[in-house]
Amino acid sequence: MRRAAWSSALFQIGGVVTALLLTTVVLIASKAPPFAAFANIILGSVGTWNNFSQVLVSWVPLLLSTAGLLITFAVGMWNIGIEGQITLGGIFTTWALRLLQTSGWNPTLIIALAIAAGVVGGALWAMLAGALKTFGGVNEIFGGLGLNFVAMAINLWLIFGPWKRPGIASMSGTVPFPQALWLPTVNPQSSLSLAAVVIAVVSILVVFALIQGTYFGLRMKAVGRNPRAAHLLGIPTWQYMMASFALCGVFAGLAGAVQVTSVYHRLIPAISSGYGYLGLMVAMLVNYQAAWAAPVALFFAAVNVGSIQLPIVLRLDSSLGGVLQDTLVLFVLLGQGFRRFFQKRTGDEQ
Amino acid sequence: MTTQALLINLGGVLTSAGPIVFAATGETISERAGVINLSMNGMILLTAMGGFAAALATKNLAVGFVAGALIGAAVAAVVAFASITLKQSQVAVGFVLALLCRDLSYFLGSPIMGQTGPRLSIAPLPFLSGIPVVGTLFFRQDLMTYLSFLLIFGAWIFVFHTRPGLVLRGIGERPAAAYVRGANVNLLRYVYTIAGGAIAGLAGPIYSLSVKAGWKGTISGLDGIGWIALAITIFGGWKPLRAAFGAYLFALLQWLGLILQPALPGIPAQVLQVAPFPLMILTLLLVNFGDAEWVARTLARLPEPARRPVARLLRALHVTPPASLGTPFETE
Amino acid sequence: MQVELRDIHKHFGKVHANAGISLDIPAGSIQGILGENGAGKSTLMKILAGALHPDSGAILLDGTSVAIHAPANAIKHGVGMLHQDPLDFPPMKVLDNFILGHEGGLFSERRSAARSLKELAAQFDFLLDPQTYVDSLTVGERQQLEILRLLWLGARVLILDEPTTGISLPQKEKLFATLKKLAAEGKTIIFVSHKLEDVEFLCNRIAVLRQGELVGVAEPPYETHRLVEMMFGREVSAGARTPAAPGETVLSLAAISLSHSRLDLRDVSLEVRTGEVIGLAGMEGSGQSILLGACAGLLHPTAGAIDFRGRNLAGRSHHAFRRSGAAYLPAARLEEGLIPGLTLTDHFILSEGLSGLFIDRRKSIRLAEERIELFDIKGRPESTVESLSGGNQQRLLLALLRSPLSLILLEHPTRGLDIESTMYVWSRLKQRCSQGAAILFISSDLDEILRYSDRLLVFFSGRVSPPLSTEEVTVEQLGRLIGGKGWERFDAEAVHA
Repeated sequence: MRRAAWSSALFQIGGVVTALLLTTVVLIASKAPPFAAFANIILGSVGTWNNFSQVLVSWVPLLLSTAGLLITFAVGMWNIGIEGQITLGGIFTTWALRLLQTSGWNPTLIIALAIAAGVVGGALWAMLAGALKTFGGVNEIFGGLGLNFVAMAINLWLIFGPWKRPGIASMSGTVPFPQALWLPTVNPQSSLSLAAVVIAVVSILVVFALIQGTYFGLRMKAVGRNPRAAHLLGIPTWQYMMASFALCGVFAGLAGAVQVTSVYHRLIPAISSGYGYLGLMVAMLVNYQAAWAAPVALFFAAVNVGSIQLPIVLRLDSSLGGVLQDTLVLFVLLGQGFRRFFQKRTGDEQ
Repeated sequence: MTTQALLINLGGVLTSAGPIVFAATGETISERAGVINLSMNGMILLTAMGGFAAALATKNLAVGFVAGALIGAAVAAVVAFASITLKQSQVAVGFVLALLCRDLSYFLGSPIMGQTGPRLSIAPLPFLSGIPVVGTLFFRQDLMTYLSFLLIFGAWIFVFHTRPGLVLRGIGERPAAAYVRGANVNLLRYVYTIAGGAIAGLAGPIYSLSVKAGWKGTISGLDGIGWIALAITIFGGWKPLRAAFGAYLFALLQWLGLILQPALPGIPAQVLQVAPFPLMILTLLLVNFGDAEWVARTLARLPEPARRPVARLLRALHVTPPASLGTPFETE
Repeated sequence: MQVELRDIHKHFGKVHANAGISLDIPAGSIQGILGENGAGKSTLMKILAGALHPDSGAILLDGTSVAIHAPANAIKHGVGMLHQDPLDFPPMKVLDNFILGHEGGLFSERRSAARSLKELAAQFDFLLDPQTYVDSLTVGERQQLEILRLLWLGARVLILDEPTTGISLPQKEKLFATLKKLAAEGKTIIFVSHKLEDVEFLCNRIAVLRQGELVGVAEPPYETHRLVEMMFGREVSAGARTPAAPGETVLSLAAISLSHSRLDLRDVSLEVRTGEVIGLAGMEGSGQSILLGACAGLLHPTAGAIDFRGRNLAGRSHHAFRRSGAAYLPAARLEEGLIPGLTLTDHFILSEGLSGLFIDRRKSIRLAEERIELFDIKGRPESTVESLSGGNQQRLLLALLRSPLSLILLEHPTRGLDIESTMYVWSRLKQRCSQGAAILFISSDLDEILRYSDRLLVFFSGRVSPPLSTEEVTVEQLGRLIGGKGWERFDAEAVHA
């Protein structure tokens, strides 16, 4: 058993090293100084307190979406539709805020209700993808993609249509909400809300507890690994499928709600900001286990934020961060494949 | 709109559909062999950027297109290796590559953003372009669009009328049976995945060297096309002719979205731009709709005059994927 | 073409599937290969057809030793195999199936191939339309197509593996006429089957395999009882059967009809009583799994009623049956019954249906330890199920059964298990019987059927015998029924009943 753990770690480290090497090659190929680039990313993420708080801001929606995805992965589903679910979370939150902002109710209550609305929005949109899969036979990848596009369309329609800014509709989104309806932040300049961080950390703990420690989680895992045997053991498989989508949607909706209430304070076209897809990357990198999700998500968030100032400082496109993240996942994946490949070879010889 | 203007516009639809034809046809071939190449979205961006960069550097259009094909082949080779030899999940590897290629394209392409490069010019065919209607539509196009027409028929002939195409279909449907009949299943899967990638790799350069000339990074409007190409492959039932129909349908929807804007003031322009995307993907709902048990039961309960046309429609739309799609093949 | 197999050995791990088989088949003859499930017939044929490599031994064709390393290679030597489920391409047309694999230029010469197809088909009186899709053909027609294809590719040896399973009587007659014609032309036919009547009718010689060895070769005139004796051996289970004291009816099948994977069971009626053990005997694929699945609610009958403890559950889901006290143990333990990646403790948690939100780890591990000890499973609570041996997986499946149960349905409960595990499994099951459960089980082992069942049903090509009392059936009778002979007396009895 221990040997297996060692060899697994070896291949993972090998994957990481290869990813770093490849990114360096990419940098050299575009005539950019590799060490300066990496140093800049590090500085840009943890160099100043301000930067680090930005990392945490970025960490929250990423961790939330990863948490949700771990649930759908537990039942063996590729919930690519998570981007749309985050968007719908943002839409429902905005709707609730717009509805209640003139009501005179306690602002904390309004914000809480708005976040709850976001959760409902995300869950409903996720259940739609789940229903398409369970009852329509549509592969969850394409159903999710389709719903992502629909969510994008709805979002754009709202921003440029019924909810547009008076005068000229703008790509910068809807009218910003008054400060009273902002999720309180650590200081006026930052978008970091401790409440949001707590929500994210609690979420990943909840998901960890759910999958590892509850009967529900165990049954989900059974459905994900062997639906036929799960059926014979008395587990109602389609119900667990739908439930997993709904739960993922809850966390996705939370992510969208947090984006609206604490980061942007309005609805913008890119409200989901790619956190859904990035969450898929994190989930793949942690091999679909919740244990390392938080630190890996933090790392990815750091790379995200750290690469923002690359264009300014080094005149490099900030998607270098994405390159780093993606090569990491790719080579760790390939590393797993190599390990199994070599294991089989030596196994055959035995 | 005058007839002539309409024809010119429709000719433009054919041009803008060209890259999608290349992408969907390439993917159809790859999936016929049993391998899904989910990296398409990122690959189109990467080949668009790479092809443009190559053409810009060498001031030679042909080099740009060849570069695109080579990049497409390389990405497909990674997918093939990961899924055929390492037996990893095709979906996982393809998805990561989709994001990686996209990020690579933005990163490596930023120095050349906004630059003007060589552009493919229209080459009206000498005698044929003079034919009324048909001439304006089909024969006043650029080289790559002509090539897309040829590709549709070439792929169709290859898959359905040649010996190797027959073996290709066999590998996708039942690799065990193909193996017994002498096909080297895994080698051929490599060949067709990479070939499909090379063909799809021409889609990007057509955008950056013709349809949407230049490289504009994140606002190039290319993000999302790859997913559509994958959906069209399914919608096309893994048949080159039907996939081409899907490509033209999508391009038509995009064009409609554009010209209907003044007619629909209530709907923001951005929405009309995005609308074709979900529409194409939701067509997938129709192609397997008849499979669901509850649909079959409800259909059986409909009165006969209503049931027959609906059943016929569902059957016409129905697609069956190659049976071995996504599953690795192992000899005993 | 003459075929000689010399001292063929093949091991699969510890199993000696082919133990030194030597057989000489003259050209132009129809050689029958007879044996029960697991005797080694398919292994031997796969070796001849190139799908497997022998550990040792030689294959000689027309006196020359050949090395056949792949199936595609076999046909080049003139050896073609027709599988029980023909390896064709259902979504493609007949003509495409015919051509695929035939070497040639870039463009398949469809017209000349279609002509060859028509000519060959006419020779044997087959009616095959090149433009129809193979998935709309019957099994018999798919066989015909495959035979024509192999002949077109130059096969001089044709191996047919259980060819008469799932084809109609007229198709069978046509097949036999075809085979006789081919043999007359000098082709060598190897006919692998468990159906005594077919083999006796068709073959020039019959080789009988049992447990990996060639037990004997028979020549006409054939004596069925000798063949049965060679196939099944002479061990008649001595005693060790404690007859049950059956109680009230727990399951009642009333004239149910089932249709699944090309088999039709019609009008089957059965009453199962508490405490009784009913064995379902027959060669695999004769319909037993279908009936067992129906009793579990996994398959729905097209007609008839299933009464389980007083309620008609026909058409209801498996969960309804489960709630009423039934349990189903599939033969593919790891693929269908257990969940790879989860531990033994996890499985016990799932089967117990414990309530509450959070898993009580201590309680679960204690439960697991109890069960592991009780069932003597060689594994720890934290081991994953795929690390268990077959025998221990079966013990685990038994340990996962809830209490009390009214009906336990087992698909090949002791397949692949050693004697000790087999005896253990049955001692457990007998215990359940004494607690009031009824048991239906499928087995290819006649010994097991005779030893443990109170009553048994025999299946042959979808036909189901009425329940027979084990005390009144001999091994030989059973063997004949399984081979398709002696079914007439049931029709006669039905007339009188």
